Amino acid sequence: MNNAYAWGAIALITLAATTGDVLLAYSMKRVGHVGELWESQGLFAVVRRILATPTFFLGVLAMAVAFYSLLFGLSWGNLSLVVPASASLTFVANAVAARIFLHERVGRRRWLAAICVAAGVALMAM
Amino acid sequence: MTFRKYLVLAGITVFSTLGDSLLARGMKELGGASLHNIPGLLLAVLNPFVTVGIILLIAFFASYMSALSWADLTYVLPATSLSYVLVAVIARVRFHEEISPTRWLGIALISAGVGFVAAGPSSTTLHERKPLAEHEEVHS
Repeated sequence: MNNAYAWGAIALITLAATTGDVLLAYSMKRVGHVGELWESQGLFAVVRRILATPTFFLGVLAMAVAFYSLLFGLSWGNLSLVVPASASLTFVANAVAARIFLHERVGRRRWLAAICVAAGVALMAM
Repeated sequence: MTFRKYLVLAGITVFSTLGDSLLARGMKELGGASLHNIPGLLLAVLNPFVTVGIILLIAFFASYMSALSWADLTYVLPATSLSYVLVAVIARVRFHEEISPTRWLGIALISAGVGFVAAGPSSTTLHERKPLAEHEEVHS
């Protein structure tokens, strides 16, 4: 039973973290190249532009949900299961979500990278 | 990719690793923080390790946002997973911890994954738009 709760938390963390990452990536693409903006218009303009992007706050909110789900997940399951499982699944979920929602070209190279990193992160926790 | 962009990616890795470890160290020094002790949690900010840890995590978030403004999510995420490797290296060098064969394999896999993305383009969506703009210019 406890195991089911732990995997539920892992699913929630993965979903929230992926949503957050995709929303933040989308927001920053709309803001534009931060380095160039900073050079041409100053740091204040960069901050103002980020604060004027509503999806940025949704992304931060999703990240907060992921963080608190992690805290709850840790009270239901083992640290050695919840942290690596959710981190590793997030890499794969992000590759899928970035392809669908951000229209990134996830070629063979990037799939391989996502799977290698996900497997590596899982192994590091053993 | 310019040198400055690699610097931002390195910043994400270093800031998140150092920020997390300083935060962990500070919280361990305080001992038994819990949600039932809210004033204790708020006072944790006064611990120098926690303060510097938070500042480093803010620096991490700023460099992460900067990287996402010019690179794909599927490029930035694997590139920054080197922080897992960095933690292991710090544990080995600084605290002389043994690294098991399984963890070495994990380090090798993560490094290989980072190598795969780093060798490719940092942005596929911006490249998509560029030829279109040039194409339009030719016709106008």
